[in-house]
Amino acid sequence: MIAHAIVFYIFSLIAIVSAIMVTVSKNTVNSVFFLILDFISISCLFIMIGAEFLGMIMLIVYVGAVAVLFLFVVMMLNVAQQKNEWFNSSGRSSHIPVGLLVSIIIFFELIIVIGGWKYKPDLLDSIAIEINTDLTNTQSLGSVIYTDYIHLFQLSGMVLLVAMIGAIVLTFRQRSGVKRQSYFKQISRDRKDGIELVNVENNKGVKIDA
Amino acid sequence: MAELFVFFEQIYRILFLLIPVLVSVAMIVWLDRRVWAFVQKRRGPNVVGPFGLFQTLADALKYIFKEIIIPASSNKVIFILAPIVTMTLALIAWAVIPFSEKFVLADINVGILYLFAVSSLGVYGIIMGGWASNSKYPFLGAIRSAAQMVSYEVSIGVIIINVLLCVGSLNLSDIVLAQKDLWFVIPLFPMFIIFFISALAETNRPPFDLPEAEAELVAGYQTEYSGMMYAMFWLGEYANILLMCAMGSILFLGGWLSPIDLFPFNIIPAPIWLILKILFLFVLFALIKAIVPRYRYDQLMKLGWKIFLPFSLIYVVLTASFLMYFDLLPGN
Repeated sequence: MIAHAIVFYIFSLIAIVSAIMVTVSKNTVNSVFFLILDFISISCLFIMIGAEFLGMIMLIVYVGAVAVLFLFVVMMLNVAQQKNEWFNSSGRSSHIPVGLLVSIIIFFELIIVIGGWKYKPDLLDSIAIEINTDLTNTQSLGSVIYTDYIHLFQLSGMVLLVAMIGAIVLTFRQRSGVKRQSYFKQISRDRKDGIELVNVENNKGVKIDA
Repeated sequence: MAELFVFFEQIYRILFLLIPVLVSVAMIVWLDRRVWAFVQKRRGPNVVGPFGLFQTLADALKYIFKEIIIPASSNKVIFILAPIVTMTLALIAWAVIPFSEKFVLADINVGILYLFAVSSLGVYGIIMGGWASNSKYPFLGAIRSAAQMVSYEVSIGVIIINVLLCVGSLNLSDIVLAQKDLWFVIPLFPMFIIFFISALAETNRPPFDLPEAEAELVAGYQTEYSGMMYAMFWLGEYANILLMCAMGSILFLGGWLSPIDLFPFNIIPAPIWLILKILFLFVLFALIKAIVPRYRYDQLMKLGWKIFLPFSLIYVVLTASFLMYFDLLPGN
């Protein structure tokens, strides 16, 4: 049990320190790497409390896909130039009130959540679905999401679909003058379309219409 | 005292797995070059040791004694971390590979998800190396490979769902045991082909080796690396290829099971069968390297997103409907 506690504190220490480093570190790419470290240690914590499915999904989705795209975008940005613009603009501290507001709201939300445990110790009993300890958590998650709450699941799927279509519509632009390969066009060409035999008269040449 | 004993036993078991994996990576590099040479009617490495078997060891020795050059303008921490990450991720995934019913280091519930997660983390070694080098070609290579690996992971994930529908468990041993009567390569043959091609793309093997396309990008993300750090990238890459072959043989070729449960076949020990299947898949990898020209980048993306993803999604629907209609769903 002691080994368990030691490992837990190591992972939570790493998680907290890297979460702080995300906001503190000056280099944006380093921030993203700390964010990844944070995700990994959080998923280790998930695995430690026995939610191995959630931990693995966290690794696959957040670290394997979301953070890669994040890193991708951050690396492509010209960070140094952006930073200069940010600090030299006249309304230098304009982003501080908004950030402060958001962090205060999150802070109070956290207090409410943790305070709930303090004032209602039987909070765990009031959850809607019983915890079945016989099943593995993959099975129980599956039955909750796909059987008990299938309509909510499909509704959230629709929301995601709308978001996806919205993102595509916003970023899609038809550029003119881009040469694209069309397999169908290539294959459906035959000799008639491509080659023309011309009898050339001496000293006259031919006129070719491209 | 007893805990200490368990600790040392675990270390012994880990070493018992890792050292053979590392040695077989060295052998597999030799095999790769031999197959490649065979297709092109050359001899390949045949001087060092019997049949040139020690060629890779000689190469490794050379790399160890070469100077490690770290570019002055690079981000040094991440530059050094990148090959370490690649190598570590390629090796930790072997923890869940079952070599027989009992011979598995960690028989965890979500084994296939663990494999998938670790192989999807593999892209970080490449991105870190490419970005930290602070140079044009490595950066372009890293960007390319990030897009490529994320794209092909999606279709690998959908293919895994196909197999899981037939098994009803995420445990790798269960996946193998579910193939006792019929290997999944027969009912899911199109998925096996797509898995194989996606594995080529996931490990940056030809014809999808765009991250290191030598005609365009010098050596891609490895350009600035030298000496032992380059060798670690290289080892990690081949360990990843072996891992993908192992994953393919567990998902589709029945893992450690013998093809027929009859006398001459079932006296051969189970791990040998798994190794033979891995070797078979690896020889296919090596043959493809020799005979297929490199894809263009837009063709690669088109193949991943517009052909493989829709096709494997449709196959999920088909598999699910088939299992549902004939009441073959596992677990009820």
